[in-house]
Amino acid sequence: MVEEIQEPLLSAKNKKAFTDPFSENNPITIQVLGVCSALAVTAQLKPSLVMGIAVMAVLAGSNVVISSIRKLIPNKVRIIVEMTVVASLVILVDQVLKAYAFDVSKQLSVFVGLIITNCIVLGRLEAFAMGNKPWASLLDGLGNGLGYAWVLAIVGLFREVLGSGSVLGYKLFGDIYKAGYVDNGLMVLAPGAFILLGLLIWVQRTLSHYVED
Amino acid sequence: MAAHSNSYTVGFITVIAVICSLILSTASSMLKERQMTNIAVDKKRNILKSFGALEEGATTSSIDAFYTEKVRGIVVDAAGKEVDMSPDNVDPEVEEKTKSEADRLYSVYILKEDGKNVAYTIPIIGRGLWSKLYGYIALGADLNEVLGITFYQHGETPGLGAEIAADWFQKNFVGKRILNEKGDLVAVAVVKGKAADYYNDAKLSHYVDGISGATITSRGVTKMLQKWLTLYEPYFAQVRGQ
Repeated sequence: MVEEIQEPLLSAKNKKAFTDPFSENNPITIQVLGVCSALAVTAQLKPSLVMGIAVMAVLAGSNVVISSIRKLIPNKVRIIVEMTVVASLVILVDQVLKAYAFDVSKQLSVFVGLIITNCIVLGRLEAFAMGNKPWASLLDGLGNGLGYAWVLAIVGLFREVLGSGSVLGYKLFGDIYKAGYVDNGLMVLAPGAFILLGLLIWVQRTLSHYVED
Repeated sequence: MAAHSNSYTVGFITVIAVICSLILSTASSMLKERQMTNIAVDKKRNILKSFGALEEGATTSSIDAFYTEKVRGIVVDAAGKEVDMSPDNVDPEVEEKTKSEADRLYSVYILKEDGKNVAYTIPIIGRGLWSKLYGYIALGADLNEVLGITFYQHGETPGLGAEIAADWFQKNFVGKRILNEKGDLVAVAVVKGKAADYYNDAKLSHYVDGISGATITSRGVTKMLQKWLTLYEPYFAQVRGQ
């Protein structure tokens, strides 16, 4: 095994682990992972934000835990160990939401539990946490969580404004309705999210000059 | 990396499982009380909402205070006789599953104003397209006019069936009647499209506009109203007769 060298907390490599997932290696727009929940919970901004935070917490937590015990985990059962840790964290998040954000937890319903199956989580554990130190893994988890969260927030914002005419529940358009304006019903439904997400992926890939291999 | 022995693997998994379950059971028992409070307040909020008595921006404590001051829950049996019990101990779903129709108990929540009963609300449960629908329907002092309806839990399609939780749909019920001119129970039904296209005058007061794209959810609402209003009718008839 190679001698471990002390590296600064925010070395170039760690910084990259944190910031890469924002755009160049975004879990949703580049890797197209975790799309199921991105479509399902984004009808309004508030559940989108809470979902983003929940995924971020699970990602960062599981990355740190798995990374700290990575040398002890028997290779044969590593997926089982990863899933056990992820599932425990997800249940924890769900319980906390039920206690402190009851309304949002009702809106998110099964999708909090489904974070367990979110490909981003297992993907980061396998690709990063199993081979890196806890601090770098924490940054990687937070970075990927934020990368996921901002996409959700943008889709949620557009869907709520266009579909329900409000932001975080506050009505935006008062008199325009009288002039014949109607909310776009498509935006409330899953296809609306599909279209928005598609546009977002397009814009984001154009900006970051991403080319499919 | 050397392969781990089987006993190490089993031991490792056991330790992980025990640690995880310890953390989870600790968290669950610590958060239980808060969660129960949330569920209880949510129930009260929905009862008040069905009465049309929920103010905008009502807080947990204001809901609690209003509820304690003005709402009284009672339990009645299938014949409509009041039973000395708290409605907190009556779960309509459990009653339905474990007892025959004649033995079931039903909870009623009464809104009191200056000592008089001004409104009654009852829990309603039914099936939509994907999920069970849970709600309350409130009737006025005459036990005929609908004061309001709420759906507080469902898993219907957002934008379609889930519209049953939207204000515009629930507002349609306000002012409808569950009895016809002869005083027989006809309940309130959801039609396909606009109710005014099918019915007029007296009949219109038993029908509300449907949700386009949510025929099965609407049908579920119609069915559950019919069912629960019929089950409560013995009690309602008795109160009306007083």
